[in-house]
Amino acid sequence: MIFKNAINGFTTAWKGLTITIRHLFASNAKRKVTPMSDNNYFKQLEGTNTIQYPAQKLEVPEVGRYQLDVEIDDCIVCDLCAKICPVDCIDIEAIKATEAIGQTSDGTTKRLYAAKFDIDMAKCMYCGLCTIVCPTECIIMTNQYDRTVFELKDLTYEFSEMTAEEAAEKRMLLEKQTAERQAAKLAAMQKKEGDA
Amino acid sequence: MSFYIKYFIIAVGLFAFSGLFALFGVYAERKISAFIQDRLGPTETGKYGVLQTLADVLKLLIKELIVPKAADKLLFMLAPAIIFIAVYMGFAAIPWAPGIAPSNLNLGLYYIFAILSIETLGILMAGWGSNNKYSILGAMRSAAQIISYEIPAGFAIISVVMIAQTLNLQTISAQQGILSADKASFLGIWDVSANGGILAWNIFKAPHLIIAFIIYFIASLAESNRAPFDIPEAESELVAGFHTEYTGMRFAFVFLAEYSMMFLVSMIGVILFLGAWNTPLPNIGSLKLADWTTGIVWGIGWTVIKVLLLVGVQMWIRWTLPRLRVDQLMNLCWKVLTPLAFLCMLISGIWRLWVM
Repeated sequence: MIFKNAINGFTTAWKGLTITIRHLFASNAKRKVTPMSDNNYFKQLEGTNTIQYPAQKLEVPEVGRYQLDVEIDDCIVCDLCAKICPVDCIDIEAIKATEAIGQTSDGTTKRLYAAKFDIDMAKCMYCGLCTIVCPTECIIMTNQYDRTVFELKDLTYEFSEMTAEEAAEKRMLLEKQTAERQAAKLAAMQKKEGDA
Repeated sequence: MSFYIKYFIIAVGLFAFSGLFALFGVYAERKISAFIQDRLGPTETGKYGVLQTLADVLKLLIKELIVPKAADKLLFMLAPAIIFIAVYMGFAAIPWAPGIAPSNLNLGLYYIFAILSIETLGILMAGWGSNNKYSILGAMRSAAQIISYEIPAGFAIISVVMIAQTLNLQTISAQQGILSADKASFLGIWDVSANGGILAWNIFKAPHLIIAFIIYFIASLAESNRAPFDIPEAESELVAGFHTEYTGMRFAFVFLAEYSMMFLVSMIGVILFLGAWNTPLPNIGSLKLADWTTGIVWGIGWTVIKVLLLVGVQMWIRWTLPRLRVDQLMNLCWKVLTPLAFLCMLISGIWRLWVM
């Protein structure tokens, strides 16, 4: 009984050893990198399995859902994306314009300036909710997935094109307009009271 | 005075050799494991990653030597040295070529087996001194395993010694080739004293020594704590077993000892069973292949080739077979290998009396 087991052990061990020696001397050709959509993707049983990453890259779909990108010209600064973000990685500072400042590519009127539109990709969890709520489809996910930085702050992407001076100017204009409107309102109220 | 200088040079040379072999061994092991698993192994450091182990050693040299607060400091610090020195001392009695041996002891084999057993003491010291449950479990397993497997290994060796009638490794080596003073016969029937070569190797002089060789090889895997008998390390259960707490050079010494042990046990296997420094090519008629390929340089070459092949087999086995459980380990040792080794010893006695 024990010797039968022992012989069985040796024969099965030998079987395993033949399999591994076959792999040891099998072709160690580099892996051919084919995209997932390739019909032979799951049939690559020969050669090494390693993708040598920076030198070889696995193709990703064109409509990949990786890092976020914002087309700031199409943004109406509605703040919906910042509100829905589960990890609060979008930081927007809006300044009301004194008048309509133009239209997005789909015809929506823009009434707000984006003084700040920062996305912290270090926090982003790639859920894609922001792209769903965006009314003008200006925030999208791209097929870029590799971004290595030396400073953590470099992972905060800034999409706003406004300089600090421009923002200050717009703020001043808004204040002026608000003050004017306030004064007009006050004057109207006083007139109403005077009439009464 | 020159007497001492010579011994000093030999000692340093052997140390350098074991260090270089460990460098090569770790690289080879990583590459072999990678190819077996369809990976590439180290590729970035140097051409084909050849400088990887050198870089690893540099890293280990720079690392801090940490001694755990609760450890028994003396035992903890001494253990790696004892583990390594026990293995390193074993190299002293090993013959490399005809007439070339650091020390031509007439009790060489006995000495090596005595000095190798001290490694167990070092491992126990490491496990106890670390004051860590994983380390002590690993050390206890290692002690149980090494002491158990010394019995089949010992009996397999005794069956060779009974055929060879000597414990002098240089004499055992010489008996397996054309330089033999005694009569050598292939399978006990065909006188091959003049032919030599593979026909005169111990495993072919007496066929039951093939079984003894397999027993010795399995037991030597267990004694050097290699997979599938690596339960003292058992990464998946014991973190790293007895060397869990070691860092830097102390860890490097434990590693060095493991690779030197692999080389040493393979070398003993080669010397006792596979013709030591003798050529595998026999004299065939006027084609004196064995005469042409015997000598000091050839001897060292054959020894190194044979030993590296055996080390390669050890690595191949490591990356194929899963680890044995403790009870399976003891079953194999006491119920299979030990009786078989006894049988080999018995046949050796009969062979010596009636066949040779």
